[in-house]
Amino acid sequence: MPGPAMFRRRSGTAPHATGAATLQADQGAWLLSAAALTLAPHLLTLPLWVSALSVLLLGWRASLLWQGRRTPNTYLIVLIAIGAGIGVRVAFGHFFGKDPGLAFLALLLGLKLLETSTMRDIRAVILLCFFLQLGVFFDNQSLPVAALTLGASLLSIGALLSLSDPAAGTRERLRTSALLLAQGLPFMLMLFVLFPRIEGPLWGLPADAHSGMSGLSDTMAPGSISNLSLSEAIAFRAEFSGTPPRPAQRYWRGPVLSEFDGSTWRAARQFEGERAPYAPSGPRFEYRITLEAHNQRWLLALDYPADAPEGVRYTTTFQALSTQPLRSRTRLDLVAYPETVVGLDETAPVLDAALRLPPDSNPRTRALARELAAGSASPAHTLARTLDRMRAIDLTYTLRPPLTGGNGVDAFLFETRRGFCEHFASAFVFMMRAAGVPARVVTGYQGGEINPVDGSMIVRQSDAHAWAEVWLPQRGWIRIDPTALAAPGRIESGLAGALPAGEALPLFMRPQFSWLRDLRFRWEAVSNSWNQWVLGYNSERQREFLSRLGLGELGWSTWIGILGVAAASLMGLLFAWALRQAQASDPLDRAWANFSARLARHGLSRHPAEGPLDYGRRLAQALPGHAAEITDITTRYANLRYRPPATPEAVRELKRRIRTLKLT
Amino acid sequence: MPQRHATTLLEAASQIILGKEHELQLALSCLIARGHLLIEDMPGVGKTTLAHVLARLVGLHFQRIQFTSDLLPADIVGVSVFDRATSSFRFNAGPVFAQLILADEINRATPKTQSALLEAMEERQITADGATLPLPDPFFVIATQNPSTQIGTFPLPESQLDRFLMRIRLGYPDRAAERALLMGEARRELIERQQPVIAPDDLIEMQHAAQALQVADRLIDYVQNLLAATRQSDEFAGGLSPRAGLGLLAAARAWALIEGRDHVLPEDVQCMFPHVAGHRLHLAGDGRAPAPAALDRLLQSVPVS
Repeated sequence: MPGPAMFRRRSGTAPHATGAATLQADQGAWLLSAAALTLAPHLLTLPLWVSALSVLLLGWRASLLWQGRRTPNTYLIVLIAIGAGIGVRVAFGHFFGKDPGLAFLALLLGLKLLETSTMRDIRAVILLCFFLQLGVFFDNQSLPVAALTLGASLLSIGALLSLSDPAAGTRERLRTSALLLAQGLPFMLMLFVLFPRIEGPLWGLPADAHSGMSGLSDTMAPGSISNLSLSEAIAFRAEFSGTPPRPAQRYWRGPVLSEFDGSTWRAARQFEGERAPYAPSGPRFEYRITLEAHNQRWLLALDYPADAPEGVRYTTTFQALSTQPLRSRTRLDLVAYPETVVGLDETAPVLDAALRLPPDSNPRTRALARELAAGSASPAHTLARTLDRMRAIDLTYTLRPPLTGGNGVDAFLFETRRGFCEHFASAFVFMMRAAGVPARVVTGYQGGEINPVDGSMIVRQSDAHAWAEVWLPQRGWIRIDPTALAAPGRIESGLAGALPAGEALPLFMRPQFSWLRDLRFRWEAVSNSWNQWVLGYNSERQREFLSRLGLGELGWSTWIGILGVAAASLMGLLFAWALRQAQASDPLDRAWANFSARLARHGLSRHPAEGPLDYGRRLAQALPGHAAEITDITTRYANLRYRPPATPEAVRELKRRIRTLKLT
Repeated sequence: MPQRHATTLLEAASQIILGKEHELQLALSCLIARGHLLIEDMPGVGKTTLAHVLARLVGLHFQRIQFTSDLLPADIVGVSVFDRATSSFRFNAGPVFAQLILADEINRATPKTQSALLEAMEERQITADGATLPLPDPFFVIATQNPSTQIGTFPLPESQLDRFLMRIRLGYPDRAAERALLMGEARRELIERQQPVIAPDDLIEMQHAAQALQVADRLIDYVQNLLAATRQSDEFAGGLSPRAGLGLLAAARAWALIEGRDHVLPEDVQCMFPHVAGHRLHLAGDGRAPAPAALDRLLQSVPVS
C-alpha cells in the first residue's frame, strides 16, 4: 500500500523510530568519533598490542561505514573476542583487576562497534563509551585527560541525540549536548564539594592499582639514581611562605642507607617517634609540599624537619614519614631548620653500624683510607684529608658511568674515575668507614627550580641525588656531598650545570630549548592549580571547607541528609526554572493557573484545551453555590486575556477575587 | 446595534425553523463572515427552508437554482440573446444575479456547471461576452448537497469545497420540535407571510462590525497552533491552508459578534472549527472526510494559550 507509507513519511515520523532500522552514516560518524575520543586517553596506558588492535577495529568499522558495506560475520567477531580475552589474560597474568579489565573493555568497544547496526547496539556502545570515560581516571587524573574525556562525553551525548533526532545538524547537536552537560554542572559541583571523601585507599580497588609508580627506593645500587635522573617527571612541589632556602641547602631527605654488601646499599635500622630526635635551631623555613604518589611512606622533607602536623613521624635517621604509603598526591605543611645540629648523642649501635664494611672488598680503597687515617690527628682531620685526596683524584661526573665489576669502589676511584652521584657517595662513605669515621649514604633529592609563573618550587625525578653523612664527636652528623668535589655546579645549578659539555641531556634541560622550558613552566603552573584545587580536595580539605561554612563535625547520617536536601533543592530549583520557562511569566497567566490549580483540588481541573468561558460554565454547574463568583472570575479573565490591553489594576482585581474565593 | 440585529433575526428564524437555534446561528455567522455555506444532509430536513427564511428575514433578493445533471453553465450565469429590435446582443442575466442563492443539490450537476457557480462565488462577478458584471452585495450562496454516496452525483472536488467557508449538517429535529412542526402551519405559508426584520444594510453593518472585532495576540497564537496541529497530525493527510485559517478567524469573529462580545475567545474558534475544517481535511489513509470525533480529538490536543 503506497498511500499510507507516503503519508507517514510526510507527517515526519522518524524512519528509525521503529527500532528495526540500521546505523545511518551520520549516526555512525558520531558514534565512531565518540568512541575514538573515549579511547584516546586509554591508548597511553594500555599495552601496545591492545591499543593497536583497538585502533584497527575502529578503523575497520569506519571503512565499512564509509563504503556502506555490511558488518562482518558474527562468528569472526566472536573469534576475535575470544582471542582478545586470552591475550589479555596472558599479557596481564590475571583477568580480574583494573588494568586487564580496562584493556578488555577497550577491545570490546571496537568489537561491539563492528557488530553494531541496530538501535540497541548503538545504545550499548554509548554506554560502554561512558564506562571507559570513567575508567580512564583510575590511571590518570590530569587536566588534559579530563579535558579529553569531557570532549568524549560531549560526543557521546551527541551520538545519543543523533538517535532521537536524526534531522538535527551537527552544530545543533553539539549545542544541545553542551547544554545538557552544562545542566549537569550544578550537580557535579555539589557532589564534588559535598560528597563524603573517602580517607585511605578506595574501596575494593584491586591490588595492582598502585603499581608502576616511580621514585626512590630504599636500596641503592650503581645506576639506580642515574636511571631516575633521566626522568623529567615531577617528584614533588614545594611552596615556601617566605624566601626559599639557598640551593646549597635544598637537600630533601629520603631513605638513609647504612648497610653495604659490596655492591648495594640498604636502609639503616631506624626507629620512629612522634618527636624529632634533635632540638631545631637556626633559620626556619615554612613550606607546603605536594608529593606525587610514590607508594612509600617517606615525605622527602627538607633537612631537618620539625613542627610537622599530626600524623607525621620522625625517624632516628632524621627522615619524616607518613603513617600510610602515599598512594595519591599528598599535600602537607612542613617546617625545616637547615642549620640544626643533629645526632650529637648518637647511640653506639648506630655508630657501629656506620663503620661496618663487607670484609675483603675494595682492598685498594681500604689501604688508601688506612693510610689517610694514620696520618690524621682527629676524625675531622681524616675527613679533610679524604676530601682533599678525592679532589686530587680528578673524578668526572657523568650520567653514563662505565660498568664496574665486583670491587666497584676500587674501580671507580682508581680505574674509571667516572661516576654519578651514587658512585661518589658510595666511594666516599666507604673510605670514611675504612678510615674509622662513622659515615652513611643519604638518598633523596637535591635542588629544585622555581617556576617563574607561579613561584612554586618544582623538584623532579632528575633531581634525585645521593650524598653522605659523617659523624664527628661534638658535631654530630655532618652532611658531606662528595659529588660537589667533581661537579660543584650540581649543587648550585642542578644536573644541567654539572654534566660535562657534549653529554646528552634530557630534552628540556638543553639550553637551546629555553622557550620549551618556559612553555613547560606555564603548563606546570596550570596543572599545579588543577592538582591543588581539584585533585587536592581531599577529606581533610573538605572538612576544613565545611567547618568554615559552619558545617564541620557532623556525623555520617547528617551528612547524607545534607546531601539529600541539597540535591533535592537543586532539583527543585531546576524544575521550577524549567516550569517558569515553559509558562510565560505573565502575572495574568499565573493568576489563571493559580485559579485552576485551586479548583483542581476540588476535582475540577481545567482541561488544557478548555476555553475560559467553557470552564466557567462547567465550574458553575459543578459548584452552583459559587456560580456567580466563578463566572465573574472566568469572564474577567477572558476579558483581560483576549481583550487587550489588560491594565495592572484589572489584573490585581482579578487576583484579589481569586484569592477571596472561598470554596466550601 | 449589530448584535441586536442578529438576535432579532435569530429569534424570528427560530419561530419558523424549530429546534435548530445552533444551526441557525452558524448559518448567520457564515453570512456575517461573508462566506458561503454548504449544507450537507438528507433531503427533507429543512435545508431549503433555512435558505428561504434567511433571505426573507433580511429582505434579500432570493433565487433558487435546482441543480440537475443536465443543467448548463448558461442556465446559472445567463445568456446573450440577439435582440431584433436593437439588432444587438442583449445579456439575459441568469439566476446568479441575486443576493442570496440557494444552489440545491449542487452535487447533482456536472463539474462544469458546478464550477460556473463556484467561480462566481469566488470572484463575486460574472464575465460574459467580454463584459464584467458585478454581482450584488451582499452575495451569499447556500449550497445543499446530498451525501455523495447516493447514485448519480458528482462530488465536489477539494478545490471547490474550499470556496465554502463552512459546512454544516442540520440533522433531524428533536422530538418536541418535530411535534411542534407536525402540529403547526405549513412552513411555506409562514415564510410567505414573514416580513423582513432587518434590512440588507443592517447585514452589511454587521459584517463590518465583525471585521472590527478585537483579536488578541494570544488568540492568533491559538489559531496558529490549531493550524499547525492539523498539519502535523498523523490522522490527517495534509493540513489546513492559510485561506482556511483566515476563514476560521472570520467565522469566529462573526460568532463572537452574535454572542454579543467585542472580542474573540478560544471558545468561538473551537465552535467554528469543526464547520470550517470538516470539509477541508481528509483522513490519512483512505482520504475520506473526517468524522466529528476526529476533529474533536484534534481540538482537545491543542491547549488554549
